[in-house]
Amino acid sequence: MVDVSTTNIRPDRAAVASQWQLIWWAFKRHKLAMAAMVVTICMYIVALIPGFFAINDPIQQNARTTFYPPQRVHLMDTTNGFEIGLHYYPMKLTRDPETLAAIYKEDTSQKKVPIQLFGRGYTYSVLGLFESNIHLLATTDPSKPLYLFGADRLGRDVYSRTVQGAQISLSIGLVGVFMSLLLGIVLGGISGYYGGRIDFVMQRVIDFVLSLPTIPIWLALAAALPQGWPATVQYMMITIILSFTGWAQLARVVRGRFLSLRTEEFVAAARLDGVPEGRIIFRHMLPSFSSHIIASMTLAVPAMILAETSLSFLGLGLQPPTISWGVLLREAQNIRSIATAPWLFMPGLAVVVAVMALNLFGDGLRDAADPYNK
Amino acid sequence: MTDILSIAPRSSIAPGKPLLEVRNLVTEFPLRTGVFRAVNDLSFSIEPGKTLCVVGESGSGKSVTARSILQIIDSPGQIASGSILLHRPDGTSLDLAKLDPRSRAIRSVRGRDIAMIFQEPMSSLSPVHTVGDQITEVLRLHLNMSKAQARTEAISLLRQVEIPNPEQALDRYAFQYSGGMRQRAMIAMALACKPQLLIADEPTTALDVTTQAEILDLIKRLQQSTGMAVLFITHDMGVVAQIADDVLVMHHGVAKEYGPVEQIFHAPQDPYTRMLIGSVLKLEQKAEIRLARPPLDTAAEPILDIRNLSMHFGDMKALNDVSIALLPGETLGIVGESGSGKTTMGRSIMRLYDPTGGEMIYRRADGKVVDLAKLEGAELKAARRELRMVFQDPFGSLNPRMTVAQVIGEPLLVNGIARGRELDERVCHLMDQVGLDPAGRERYPHAFSGGQRQRIGIARAITLNPRIIVADEATSALDVSVRFQVLDLLMRLQDELGLAYIFISHDIGVIRYMCDRVGVMYRGKLVEMGEADKVCNAPDHPYTQALISAIPRPDPRDRDRSRRFRYTEPSPYTEAGNVKNGSTAR
Repeated sequence: MVDVSTTNIRPDRAAVASQWQLIWWAFKRHKLAMAAMVVTICMYIVALIPGFFAINDPIQQNARTTFYPPQRVHLMDTTNGFEIGLHYYPMKLTRDPETLAAIYKEDTSQKKVPIQLFGRGYTYSVLGLFESNIHLLATTDPSKPLYLFGADRLGRDVYSRTVQGAQISLSIGLVGVFMSLLLGIVLGGISGYYGGRIDFVMQRVIDFVLSLPTIPIWLALAAALPQGWPATVQYMMITIILSFTGWAQLARVVRGRFLSLRTEEFVAAARLDGVPEGRIIFRHMLPSFSSHIIASMTLAVPAMILAETSLSFLGLGLQPPTISWGVLLREAQNIRSIATAPWLFMPGLAVVVAVMALNLFGDGLRDAADPYNK
Repeated sequence: MTDILSIAPRSSIAPGKPLLEVRNLVTEFPLRTGVFRAVNDLSFSIEPGKTLCVVGESGSGKSVTARSILQIIDSPGQIASGSILLHRPDGTSLDLAKLDPRSRAIRSVRGRDIAMIFQEPMSSLSPVHTVGDQITEVLRLHLNMSKAQARTEAISLLRQVEIPNPEQALDRYAFQYSGGMRQRAMIAMALACKPQLLIADEPTTALDVTTQAEILDLIKRLQQSTGMAVLFITHDMGVVAQIADDVLVMHHGVAKEYGPVEQIFHAPQDPYTRMLIGSVLKLEQKAEIRLARPPLDTAAEPILDIRNLSMHFGDMKALNDVSIALLPGETLGIVGESGSGKTTMGRSIMRLYDPTGGEMIYRRADGKVVDLAKLEGAELKAARRELRMVFQDPFGSLNPRMTVAQVIGEPLLVNGIARGRELDERVCHLMDQVGLDPAGRERYPHAFSGGQRQRIGIARAITLNPRIIVADEATSALDVSVRFQVLDLLMRLQDELGLAYIFISHDIGVIRYMCDRVGVMYRGKLVEMGEADKVCNAPDHPYTQALISAIPRPDPRDRDRSRRFRYTEPSPYTEAGNVKNGSTAR
């Protein structure tokens, strides 16, 4: 009798595909998650070099453009024959004769201001490495600035500030999650791998941390930060505060995975093979849930972003002149801004987009994370 | 295979309208890369009061066939073409294949005309409702009974499926039932509306062999009293031989052979059927390889001498004072039903559990003697190189994230025996030894079939030149045609490498084929120990006798159910109180 079992090795490329290739193939089928991944990547590119995407200097104040509304950008110009090219018109300020409220109107009688791609503007630093003054969009007439999302109470450009704020808001999520990940894996891993009494103690600590009401804790810790500290130190402290309460959830997940993996036959087999404990953990157990960890990390980043935003919004996180989305939203705290300058909520829209994109991306990853249990 | 009907002589069946006629059924599952035909152009019919067995190995499409009839195919599968005609006793006919899976018409068929029971009775019963609630719900829904009526009817149903004390059993929850009781309750529920046809999808696969025999008997008796037809899906040829009137053999979604049970077993036409029957019959006797061997030297010093081994988990005595010896070059079988402690024994020998009492004296190659139960650290590690294990689950026992070369080579690598080119060469050699193509060593386990994976597991076990291999249900997850191939491989390796096996199994056929001596375990105790031939054919202990009698023989001419009986342990306590009864028979 022919040995049937040795002759039908599957010839396709899935046979030699590693875990990550299988995950990628599964993820690619998830259209919404793919779109979210593209958006997420774009946002992080912006966060990496915000100066390039900004138009005006985000800290430049301008008394003449207080609450300047968003301007329209035109592509076609038909006033004088037919021309194609990005351009805009400055706004003209009039006042309501009764209420003296400012009314801005596009003034097409003035000369149009063309927008230059990759033009020169204010000088910014790229990650502190070198300086540049090239921008994606630049006005050709610096005396008539372009406000895509309007201007705030001090005449600063909301668009440029939102772009600049992405840097801190998006990275605080990453750094915070990375630190809670470190705590979560080490503590959850010890708890799950050794079990018994160590596990019991660790679980009670996690219970305790999880039972703490997070917002008051953040408030208390953030209030304890001296106001005089430089912005970078403040930023570091905020991430630490956020990760201090964030690790417990992750530790639970890691512990659960370790507990279920301990009883897997391939782990028992490895133990019988004489594999040392460290190798069992890092070579056999960790890879089988690293994909889950990455997925839950991606889902934790938006929570961190929201936490930073709320803290800063309440005035207890980052302080001006540091620019983050939460700090920017403080401008929209009062009724006056809602009534007269709704564009001050634009950073809030950025938060929504970022959180949505990261959540959808994380959901897709989680669905694709375990390619073997179908 | 379009002329299936023509190869099926229908002489055994009385003329008259069949209950269910399936014609050219095609069920498809759309995939990313195309369409998978789980059932391909299948035709068969079921007569009232008869039993049709659909038999096939895993992936043959037998379950999908059953689910197609009731239109409960897992999404995204659907019936692509063909017809399923249900002829009701009132003369009307209905094509189930044309009905919408969510329509009212198919819902009225489910349960009322055709009922179904599944493999896993635990997950088919709700854990938060009492069994009685679930049965009365069916009755009230389909037959519009009042609460009191339904309860009376439910009690009579439970009595019908032979559940003791049905009045009390009605108010218990599913988890308070044993596996066999749960399956009985499921059958009671299926019978509630007196269906014309009962579809049973591997209803006894998760049960022990003695429980299986009782459930099969029950179905047979119910069939005789109610006149319902049964469509029985199974992979077990023994069960088929015992209960079937007609048999449909499926392979890769296609009917290979269809005919009366007598023809299938005694005059199979199709080569696949012949191969299947051949594999089953092979396991009915001693392996050819073993017949050629010289008789075992029973006077030799045992290589492993287990003395009074106990393993208690709290109050649960999983292993209770077990003593057994393994001779060099011997295959020692350990047989028992679930919960008998046979797996605990294997794991205790490997020191995956630390035994709570007893000794395991291991005689090393140099004649030195060590107690495995007391070894720690480096000595335990050294002993584990000479004692290896083959696991039951060919899927769970290989790390899916490592290539086959990494899996097989790991023991060599971590013990510092070989690395680099040498490691690669040894892995290739090992794969050759177990009958795998070394060219596939960069593949991941998911690219291999169950039998191939078990070969990988065996290759891993023999990497370190062991002297003893503990095989825990090593072939029970495999299809029958692959099973004896793996067993033959194990025996070939035994001859080549001079191995001694401890072979743990619930399958007497495998034990008879493979083992020299057998130990029978029951509730943590070794109740019988002897030559395999003796234990399998003329056992001494009543438990072993009951076990052997319950095994379905793969021969439709041998259907004597009268010799079956259930073993009940002579209790050291009387039922009234915990008074020690000194005069138990032992």
